Amino acid sequence: MSQADLTMEGPSSGVTLGPAFSIPTKKLAMWLFIIADTMTFAACLVAYGFLRNGTPSWPRPFHSITNVALMTFILLTSSLTMLIGLRSARAGDKAGAFRWTLITAALGIVFALLHIREWMGLINEGMTLFKNPWGTGLFGASFFSITGLHLTHVTVGVIALIVVGVRYKGGRYNADDIEILGLYWHFVDIVWMFVVPLVYLLNLAH
Amino acid sequence: MTTAQTHKSDGIGKDIVVYVCLLALAGLQFVIAYQNIEASQMFVRMLAVAMVEAGLAVMFFMHLWTEKRGFMLFVIIFTISVLLGMQYGWTDSTRMVVGAPFSK
Repeated sequence: MSQADLTMEGPSSGVTLGPAFSIPTKKLAMWLFIIADTMTFAACLVAYGFLRNGTPSWPRPFHSITNVALMTFILLTSSLTMLIGLRSARAGDKAGAFRWTLITAALGIVFALLHIREWMGLINEGMTLFKNPWGTGLFGASFFSITGLHLTHVTVGVIALIVVGVRYKGGRYNADDIEILGLYWHFVDIVWMFVVPLVYLLNLAH
Repeated sequence: MTTAQTHKSDGIGKDIVVYVCLLALAGLQFVIAYQNIEASQMFVRMLAVAMVEAGLAVMFFMHLWTEKRGFMLFVIIFTISVLLGMQYGWTDSTRMVVGAPFSK
């Protein structure tokens, strides 16, 4: 850590402050982003719950849990591979860290493809942002908004994993950068833990 | 001990145990989805399981447990406070269902 990271001198010279909470600035920034993003997803899910609770004809279009179960398994597994990549980076194993980071990205791509396949299935059944064959049109808007926001996060994460992995291998980034990206990836995983029960499992056709 | 040193000293075994726990909890959510219970009960049970999952992932996957206590408390207290603050409008969500479209 450089001296610039450790000290922050303001207009009044002689005042020296340490970094907030004694953790690296980049890591703190990622945590603050995650807290802010938590509020975004929470607001979406609360609004979704509000609509669902107040709408008697809420659709239950999901007949199978196979796809969503597979997506959950893949995303959870990608968190584990991310951790293995971080451990490799901490141990100085550049090739291993690069390999596990790319494996994590590959799992993210599989997750995104499964998600898009599911979207296409629903769209082919007549579901759009504003209407669907099963009930209130609000379902499409809320479903596509929440899952779309999550899918956007996964896509951004995959791109970041590839970029950071390549730059780490090239020596421009270090293990701390892998760790910070890992925080983001685990956060995306945690959001999915709430999206699955609220958006999918509560809307299973029994 | 720094965070990096803590990561090194912990084995991969703990990560795998947490991963298996998360898989089991995710599986439990799917089991709850097929229980013959009211939607409200199902919602509460699934949300409880999701919160345990999130707690495990934040503490052990994101290593919040190994950060400074002050930072850990800041993240937990700030986040939970705002999330609780968002819940103020739930009672209003049933307004249309119970036939009272406008506040009285």
